[in-house]
Amino acid sequence: MNAKPSTYALDALRQATRRQFFQRCGVGVGAAALGTLLSAEQARSAEQVLSAGAARNPASGPHPLSPRPPHHGAKAKAVIFLFMAGGPSQLDLFTDKPVLREHHGKLPPPSYVEGRRFAFLKGTETLLASSRKFARYGECGQELSDLLPHHRQIVDEVCWLHGLQSDVFNHGPAKLFVNTGSPQPGRPSMGSWTTYGLGSEASDLPGFVVLQSGPRGPRAGSTLWSSGFLPTTYQGVPFRNGPEPILNLSSPDGMTRQRERKFVDMVSQLNRLRLEAVGDAEIATRIAAYEMAYSMQSSAPELMDIAQEDQRTLDAYGATPGKPSYANNCLLARRMIERGVRFVQLYHTNWDHHGGASENLEQHLPAICQEVDQASAALVLDLKQRGLLDETIVVWGGEFGRTPMGEVRENTGRDHHIDAYSMWVAGGGFKSGYIHGKTDELGLGPVEGAKHVHDLQATLLHQLGLDHERLTFRFQGRDFRLTDVHGKVLHDIIS
Amino acid sequence: MHRRPSTVRWLFASLLALLMSQTPGSAGQAESKIDFARDVRPILSNYCFKCHGNDEETREAGLRLDTAEGAQADLGGYQAIKPREPATSALIERITETDPDLRMPPADSGLVLSAGQIETLRAWIEQGADYQQHWAFRPIVRPAIPVSKPTSAAFEGGARSPLDAFILRRLSEAGLAPSPPADRATLIRRVHLDLLGLPPSPAQVEAFLADESPAAYERMVDRALASPRFGEKWGRHWLDQARYADTNGYTIDSARTMWPYRDWVIDALNRDLPFDRFTIEQLAGDLLPEASQRQLVATGFHRNTLINQEGGTDREQFRNEAVVDRVNTTGAVWMGLTVGCAQCHTHKYDPLTQHEYYQLFAFFNSSQDVNSAAPTVSVASDSQNVRLAEFDRRIAEAKAALAEFDRKRDGQRPAEERSDGKPIAWQVADLESFESAGGATFEKLGDGSLVVGGKNADSDVYAITFASPTARITALRLETLTHPSLPKGGPGRAGNGNFVLNDVAADVGDASAAWVHATADHSQKDYDVRGAIDDDPKTGWAIGGTSRANVSRTAVFITQPLATVEKANVEVRLTYGPSPAGYNIGRLRLSVTDAPHAKFQLPDPERERLAAALKKLQEERAAFAKSIPAAMVMRDLPTPRQTHVLIRGDFLRQGDAVKPDAPAFLPAMPESAAAAEDASTDESIRTRLDLARWLVSGEHPLTARVTVNRVWMRLFGQGLVETENDFGLQGTPPTHPQLLDWLSAEYMRSGWSTKHLLRRIVCSATYRQSSAARPDAQQVDPLNKLLARQSRVRVSAEIVRDLALAASGLLSGEIGGPSVYPPQPDGVYAFTQRRAAWPTSKGADRYRRGMYTFFMRSAPHPMLTTFDSPAFNTTCTRRPRSNTPLQSLTMANDEALFEAAQALASRLVAADDDDPQRIEHAYRLCFARLPSEREAASLLEFLKQQRADLQASPEDAQAISGVADKDPARVVERAAWTVAARVLLNLDEFITRE
Repeated sequence: MNAKPSTYALDALRQATRRQFFQRCGVGVGAAALGTLLSAEQARSAEQVLSAGAARNPASGPHPLSPRPPHHGAKAKAVIFLFMAGGPSQLDLFTDKPVLREHHGKLPPPSYVEGRRFAFLKGTETLLASSRKFARYGECGQELSDLLPHHRQIVDEVCWLHGLQSDVFNHGPAKLFVNTGSPQPGRPSMGSWTTYGLGSEASDLPGFVVLQSGPRGPRAGSTLWSSGFLPTTYQGVPFRNGPEPILNLSSPDGMTRQRERKFVDMVSQLNRLRLEAVGDAEIATRIAAYEMAYSMQSSAPELMDIAQEDQRTLDAYGATPGKPSYANNCLLARRMIERGVRFVQLYHTNWDHHGGASENLEQHLPAICQEVDQASAALVLDLKQRGLLDETIVVWGGEFGRTPMGEVRENTGRDHHIDAYSMWVAGGGFKSGYIHGKTDELGLGPVEGAKHVHDLQATLLHQLGLDHERLTFRFQGRDFRLTDVHGKVLHDIIS
Repeated sequence: MHRRPSTVRWLFASLLALLMSQTPGSAGQAESKIDFARDVRPILSNYCFKCHGNDEETREAGLRLDTAEGAQADLGGYQAIKPREPATSALIERITETDPDLRMPPADSGLVLSAGQIETLRAWIEQGADYQQHWAFRPIVRPAIPVSKPTSAAFEGGARSPLDAFILRRLSEAGLAPSPPADRATLIRRVHLDLLGLPPSPAQVEAFLADESPAAYERMVDRALASPRFGEKWGRHWLDQARYADTNGYTIDSARTMWPYRDWVIDALNRDLPFDRFTIEQLAGDLLPEASQRQLVATGFHRNTLINQEGGTDREQFRNEAVVDRVNTTGAVWMGLTVGCAQCHTHKYDPLTQHEYYQLFAFFNSSQDVNSAAPTVSVASDSQNVRLAEFDRRIAEAKAALAEFDRKRDGQRPAEERSDGKPIAWQVADLESFESAGGATFEKLGDGSLVVGGKNADSDVYAITFASPTARITALRLETLTHPSLPKGGPGRAGNGNFVLNDVAADVGDASAAWVHATADHSQKDYDVRGAIDDDPKTGWAIGGTSRANVSRTAVFITQPLATVEKANVEVRLTYGPSPAGYNIGRLRLSVTDAPHAKFQLPDPERERLAAALKKLQEERAAFAKSIPAAMVMRDLPTPRQTHVLIRGDFLRQGDAVKPDAPAFLPAMPESAAAAEDASTDESIRTRLDLARWLVSGEHPLTARVTVNRVWMRLFGQGLVETENDFGLQGTPPTHPQLLDWLSAEYMRSGWSTKHLLRRIVCSATYRQSSAARPDAQQVDPLNKLLARQSRVRVSAEIVRDLALAASGLLSGEIGGPSVYPPQPDGVYAFTQRRAAWPTSKGADRYRRGMYTFFMRSAPHPMLTTFDSPAFNTTCTRRPRSNTPLQSLTMANDEALFEAAQALASRLVAADDDDPQRIEHAYRLCFARLPSEREAASLLEFLKQQRADLQASPEDAQAISGVADKDPARVVERAAWTVAARVLLNLDEFITRE
C-alpha cells in the first residue's frame, strides 16, 4: 500500500474479486471451516477456486473482515466511542471560567465573537456563568463540576482534551463530521474505516457494533454508522436491547434450536448440490453464512445477557439486567471488546441544552449527567482492572460544545459552539492524567493546544496502527479518507 | 548507462506482467505498439499529474505533462519529452535518476515507478510520444462488425447478434471458446429476473419450453419487454441514480411527496420514452415550452436532494449543498465523471478546471428551492379531477342560489331601496373636533385620518364630530390604519399594535344610530366586530390572531337609515377598555354613506343558510385539494442568480463570477436556445435545457457510452468499463472498446430506445451463455472480463422480497402510488430522530413490491439495507453485492419472508396431493425448473423427518403452520411444508439470477 496506483489497482481488484472469496460476518470462514461444511472433494474444488484467486491477488485477504496487519505498530486494538449526542456543555462540566462569572449578563466583547457562526444566537445574548461548583481533582488537577462526581475517580486515567474544534454547527452535519470526517451523509464512519483497515477479531459477532440509549436516536440516524462507499460488510450493526439484539436473530415461533439445526443442514445440503453443478464459490460463502447465522443465534444473546456478570460489576456500572440503559450499554461494550469486536459506538441522547422546557441546564443537564457519569467512569476502571485498557481506546464526547453566551428560551441554556469544546480519551496509549489545550477566559476559543476533529480522528487511527493518509478508498475517481485532506496526529497526547 | 543483460530480461518480464495485469486476457495478443490512452496515460496520471498536470495552482517547475505541447516545451535547453529520443528526454533521465533527491516522483510523495512502468514510458517516447485524446472523450464512431476468422471458438448455434462478433474476437484471441447456451428454463428465468425482477410463472415457463419455433426466445423477450413490470425493474435502477427516497434526509428527515416522480420514471420506461427525451424532461422539463404537468413531475429527478429542517440552519448553506449534489449527480449519471473533485480545486487527473466546475454549477444555481419542499405542482389523478370538477359544479350552484336569493329579496324592496349593483359610495368625513376622555391627543393628517398620541389610558372614549356629507346615513365606516409612530406600526396602541373597540355609537342631534349589523375585513377569534354594537361592554372588535397583525383593517357599521340634513353635526364615540388596558386605536378614519341596505347584504336566516352551505363546500374542496399530492419540482427564478467560483468549495468565500457553460474538453455547447427565442434578452444565459440538450445531442462522447455501459453491467454483473462511474483518466479502459462504441452508436441510431438496446443485448448469444464456472478460463480470465460465460448475480434487495412474494402467491400487482409500510421488526423506528411511526400497511399493501416500501433515509427498512440498498443520500450508480450472515438471518426469520414460506406451503398443499408433485410444483415456482433426482430425494426425506418431529409437538406445528385447524394431521402437513418451503426460499439459487 505504499503507492496510490497500486492501492487503487488492488482496491478495484478486491472489489471485483470479493465475490470470489468466502465471506463472513466477523469470523474467519476460511479453508478450515470449509472442511466442516463440504465434503472433502467439494472443499478441494472450492479451495482451488479460492487459492487461484489468492494467487492472482496476493493482497486480497481471504475475507474482508479477517484480521489484517496495521500500517505500523499498533498501541490499541479496539475502540469504544461514548458519543454524547447533542453537544455537552464543557462550561458546566469541565472548565471553570471565573471571568465568565464576573461578566455574567454582559455582552461578550465584539473581538471575541467576530467571525464566529452560531446556530440560534442573534447577537444580543449575554454571557452566562455556570451555576455549578467546580474543583480540581487528581494529580493532573483537572477541573470537574459537581455534576460528574464519579469522574473524580478517573481524572488521572484519562487524557483531557480542551479547545477541540469542528467545522459545522448543526447537529446532523456535526455528528456526521465527527463520525465520518464530512458533514454530508454518504461517507464511511470511523468504525467502518477501522474494520476496513484492520478487519475484526470477533469470532461470531460483527466487527462494528452500535448501541443506543436515551429518549430517542441520534440525529442523522444510520448515516452515522454507514459504511458509505465502502462495502456494506463494514457497516455498523446496531444492537438492540432485549433478547433479540440483532434484527431477525430469533427463529420464528415453533422453530426450536434442534429444528433450526436440521433446517440449516438441509439448506446446506441443497446449496452444496448447486455448488457442484455450477461451481460458484459464492454458494460456498452462503453456506458458511448460514452456519455463522446459526451460531450467532446463540452467541449474541449470550453476549447480551449481563446477568452473567457478578453483582459487584453490575453495581459498579449501575447496570440492571433487563432494564435498558446507558450503564448496561457500557457493560455490553466491555463484553464485546472481550469477544474481539473492533469498534463499539455508544450513542446517548439528549445533550442539546438550549434552555427549552425539556432541555435546559437547570434540570436536564444534571439528569443526563447522572445517567452517564457512573458508568463512563466504571467502564474505564473495569477495563483497567481487567488489563484491557492498554489496548482499548475509550472516547467520551459529542459533536460540539456550547456557547459561553446564554440562550434564553423558557429556561436557561446555551447554543451550539464549535470553536472550543472538550472530550476525554482513555487507554490505548493515550497519556493518562494529561490535560491538553486551554481556552480563553470566556471559553470562546482556544489559547493553546487548539486541535480539530480531524486531528483527533488521525490520532485515533494512529493508535490503532493506521496511517490516516494511507487508509484510503478510491471512489468516483478520488482517494477518500476519514480525515479528507486534513488532520495531523497529535503526538503530544500519546505516549 | 551500463546495463547487464539479465536486467533487460527482467525488465521485459516486468513489462509483460504489467501489460497482462492491465488488460486481462491479453496474453494471446502480444502488442508491441504502446497505446497512450491505455498504457501511458494511467502512469502519467497516477504518478505525475498531481504536480505536472492540468492544475496551474499545484504545477511544479512550470512543467505540464498532460499535453504534448507542455511535455515538449523548451525548458531552457532541454525538454521533458523529445519524441523518438528517450535518451535525451529529461523525463526519462529524472525517473531513472539514482540520486534520491533528484529522482521523480519525489521520495516524499510515496510514489515509486516500477521498472516496467519506466520501460513503458521509454518505449512510448521511442515510438514518438504520441498523445492521443483519452478514449472516452473521443467522438463515438460506429465501428465495423468484426468478420470472424475460422476458429474453433464459436457460439453453439452461431452468433445471434452483431455484438457477439466483438466478444468472439476477444475470446478467440485469448484462446477461449464461449460457453454453450444456458438451458431454456434458466433462460426464461434469467430474462424475467433481468427485465422484470420477477420469476416467470410455471405456465409461462411451460409455454416457452413448448414453443419450438426458431423465434421462440425473441418472442419471450418481447413479451417481457411489453410487461408493465419492466418499468418497475428498470425504473428502480434509474431511481438508484436519482437518489430517490421518501424523506428529506439529515436530522429531522420528515416525509416528502416524491412518489409521483417515481411513478413518472416507471411510466417513462414502460412507454420507452427515448433516452434523449427522458434526459431533457428530467433535467429541464420545467423549461420546455408549455411544460405539461408530467414534464414538471419529471424534474423531480433533481429534487431528490436533501433538505435540512433542523432549527438554526443556514438555508443558503444547504441550498448550496443541493446545487453541489445536482452538479455531481449530473456528472456521474450522464457523463460517468467525477466532477465533484473540482468543487474545491481544479481536477488533478481529468481536464476539468475549478472554473469549469462552477460553469456547470451555474446551470443549477438559479432554481427556486432554498432548502425547501417548494416549488411543487399538484398531481391530481383522473378520479381526483372528476371529484374536483364535481366540487366546482356544486360550488357554482351554491353561488347561484345565493345570488338568486339576493335578487329576490331586492325585488321586494321599494325601487329606491334596491341595489344598483354599483360599489358603495363612501364619503370620507371631514373631522372637526376630537376629544379623548383618557387624555390622548389627536393629529389630523392630510388623508382625513387621525393619529392618536399622548397618554394611552387603560380605558378611553374618543368623541369625534363632523358635518354629515350626506342627507341621510345608512352606514358608518371605520378604517384603522397603520402608522410608524405606533407600536409595531399599529393600527392599535397596545404593545403588539392591536386594539379592542368595545363600543361604537353615533348621534345626530337627538337621534342615535340604531345598528343593525357590523362587518369587518378581519376579526380576531372571540373578538368579532359585532361585539362593538351589542351593548355588552366586555365584548369588542380586535384584529390580532394572524401572522399579519399589523396591517390596516376596516369595519362597517350599518344602521337603520338615519335621517339628517346635509351638514348636520354627527358625533361618533369609540369606547375602549378598561380590560384589556391600553388597547386603544392609534390611527383611524371615518366615512359615511347613504347607500340602500340592499347593498350591504344584511343578515337573514335563509341567506345565512345558503352562505354556510357555500362556505362548507368551499372548505371541503380546499381540504380535498390538500389531499392531492403536490410533487416537488424544479423551477428557475425569473432572474438567474449570479454564480461565483467558491474558493475551496466554501459557500462563504466567493471568487470570480462565472456563467453556465460546458467544460472545454467536451464538445462546445450552442448558444442559449431560450435567448434565441426571446428577443427581449440581449444577454445569452444558458439554462438547464441547454445543458440537457447538449448531453443528448449525439455529439457528446460520454452520455451514450456511460448509459450503455450501465445497461450492460446490469445484464452481466459488470460493465465493459469496470469503473462505470469513472470514465475519466483514472478509470479503467473498456475491455471491448469497439463493442462499447458499437452499442452506443446503435443506441443513438435507434432513437435512444432503451428497449431496443436491451433487446439487442438480451437476444445475443453472449447473453444466453451458461453461467456455470469455466475452470479452463480461470487462469486466462479469472474475472470473466472476456465473457466466456454469463455470471451468476444475486438479485438486488427489493427483488429478494419480490421473489418470495411471487413464489408464495402473495404479491400484489398494483403499480405506483404512495409508498407503503410492509411489516418491519419492532423498534427500528424507535431510535429515529422523530421517533417516526411505521403505520404497518394492511391488506394488499403488505404485499407490494419491495420498491414501494417507504424509504426513510435515516432508518431504511432493515431488509433493504441488509441486502445492500444504499441510503440514497447521494447518487448510486452501482450497488455492492455482499453475502453475509445477516442476510441469512433475514431470509430465515424476517416476518414477511416467513409469512411467504407459510403461504407457499399452503399453495403447494392445496394444489397437489403427494409430496413428489408438490416438490416439483415448488421447484417450478421458485426456480422455474424441475428438481434433480437428488434434490427431490433429499427433500422427500426431509419432509418425512419433519412430519415425524412435528407430530410429536402439536403446539410447535400450530405455530409454524400459522393456521388454525382442528385436524392435527392437516396442521402437521402445513407445518412440515412450511419448513420445507422455508428451505427453498433460503437457497442461494432462489435469490440468484443464474
